[in-house]
Amino acid sequence: MKLIYFAWVRERVGKTEEEIDPPAEVATVGDLMTWLAGRGEEYAYAFENAKVIRAAIDRHHVRADAAIAGAAEIAFFPPMTGG
Amino acid sequence: MTTTIRLQREAFDVAAEVAALTRGRTDIGAVVTFTGICRADEDGAPIAALTLEHYPRMAEAEIARHIEEARARWPLLGMTVVHRYGRLVPGEPIVLVVTASSHRQAAFTAAEFLMDFLKTRAPFWKQVETFAGTSWVEAKAADDVAADRWSAPPRREVR
Repeated sequence: MKLIYFAWVRERVGKTEEEIDPPAEVATVGDLMTWLAGRGEEYAYAFENAKVIRAAIDRHHVRADAAIAGAAEIAFFPPMTGG
Repeated sequence: MTTTIRLQREAFDVAAEVAALTRGRTDIGAVVTFTGICRADEDGAPIAALTLEHYPRMAEAEIARHIEEARARWPLLGMTVVHRYGRLVPGEPIVLVVTASSHRQAAFTAAEFLMDFLKTRAPFWKQVETFAGTSWVEAKAADDVAADRWSAPPRREVR
């Protein structure tokens, strides 16, 4: 699946997007953030306070307990500040 | 029902957007416009510019979902949302919401509804540029409170 990052999550991870293939036990968005946080210090920094990070699956807002099975594109970003 | 959603770098012309929404229509009795403008300060500190980052395809989809919800809640005849991205300096317009209906109340209410959701649900992020460097604008609790008040049952009696 494809991951996309925005704003300070993007800056901390150090990339805009990437393809990943997480292990089967990574079932939810929350699991995915925990798994990502273990991939290196830049990810640990980006996801150190996972509670504040928002996620979208295939361009729909989801919560941390959302299942990631079947997702093509998962985005992680800070709370939005548009308008 | 005429709806327009546009994300763009360039500035917009409020009068032209209103004209486009109302041209040839005699059923529209009320048009409300809201324009958000880049201020020269953020949290009391002077800023040089704002840079808006967005999630392109999701921003359009999310705005469309809220336009659809507004249409289900109020008797509207047209809605336009234009949101800019990229670097903006103080004084420049950021966002435009235009709502049209036969009577004013639905247009006023729907414009406020759309703005509250653009603030909290549309995937845009503001980065502030000051003379000392850059920082990301933090989401404001007051904006969440403003958006949450719409979770009450739809007020269908509003005209």
